[in-house]
Amino acid sequence: MAKSESTFLNMVLTLLGVTFIAAAILGFVHDITKDAIEASKLKAQSEAIERVLPEFDELGESFQVAVSSSDDSLEFFPAFKGGEWVGVAVKTFTNKGFGGFISVMAGIDKSGSLSGYEVLEHAETPGLGSKMDAWFRNAEKPNQNVIGKNPQSYKFEVSKDGGDIDAITASTITSRAFLDALSRAFEAFQKQEQQLENKKSSL
Amino acid sequence: MNQWNNFSKGFIKENPVFVLLLGMCPTLGVTSSAINGLGMGLATTFVLVMSNIVVSLVKNIIPDKVRIPSFIVIIASFVTVVQLVMQAYVPDLYKSLGLFIPLIVVNCIVLGRAEAFASKNNLFSSAIDGLGIGLGFSFALVLLGAIREFLGSGKLFNMTIYPENYVTLLFVLAPGAFIVLGYLIALINQIKKIRR
Repeated sequence: MAKSESTFLNMVLTLLGVTFIAAAILGFVHDITKDAIEASKLKAQSEAIERVLPEFDELGESFQVAVSSSDDSLEFFPAFKGGEWVGVAVKTFTNKGFGGFISVMAGIDKSGSLSGYEVLEHAETPGLGSKMDAWFRNAEKPNQNVIGKNPQSYKFEVSKDGGDIDAITASTITSRAFLDALSRAFEAFQKQEQQLENKKSSL
Repeated sequence: MNQWNNFSKGFIKENPVFVLLLGMCPTLGVTSSAINGLGMGLATTFVLVMSNIVVSLVKNIIPDKVRIPSFIVIIASFVTVVQLVMQAYVPDLYKSLGLFIPLIVVNCIVLGRAEAFASKNNLFSSAIDGLGIGLGFSFALVLLGAIREFLGSGKLFNMTIYPENYVTLLFVLAPGAFIVLGYLIALINQIKKIRR
């Protein structure tokens, strides 16, 4: 086949054809992967909720809680056991990370202590800030472990800023950001505590 | 050129990373571990093979003056397909590579092969060329990633080789990428010299 000439009509038709076919293919792929992407996101979220909370048998309906320190509200996932409220998973975040946005799932139990956390999304430096996933739950190092700590008796700030928690070595910014996210969760939690106590399982 | 040479040139003789020095952004960015390097390499290989095939199929239909925009649209479509499929079926890998997948579009290896090879050769040679260059790219990324992961976090493919207390953190950070890449290029140059 001879090479087509670079006439105006040819060029317009070619580009139109190429983009049309590309759009059709992308639409098709988007359609078949849409559900799987949604499902894998939901699965990651519900797995995180299960890991951060004490044992529960039913997850209540999630709701949004506004916080004063930012425009966005946090999502609360209350958990129940035998109809009794046992804790809440709070999807919290911070924009102060070294790589910007960090999203954390924080579990808060009935007494108001942190029952667990899971980093959902971050862009911190590998090998430094990315250690936050393990650093703050190291049971052998009480000064950096935040699990089971209650903000009433424990200051959720790095020791450099007068808090009670040792920052990740060489990653103070990430540590500050991480604790900022947790503090935001606690702030929202304290506002909601009353309502949560009254909430009963829907069953 | 026979097909074997066409395929194998991507590994040493025309290795996109070590010899042509193309696609440095993903190379330096993702190779903090061997697995990341492998994932990025294979994703790029897929895009390369597919875009080479399509470009060599449509090379006569597309007028010269609009060939670059057309190639870019073709490449971008395949990249988006890869991105969606990875997001749906391998979310963990997508999490660590996420940022770099869209960058395959502007990876000059892919456009370079479309322009320099696929738009002048037949379908079969173009597919082989894409496969060879893509695997050469993967090979370079895995090698780079493995060395950096080993020196920087004491692991290899996520298996701990030696305790973390002895690692040189520098190697998983950006400067380590440049240092390791420099030594590897020197090594490849030496190998090429001996073979000649």
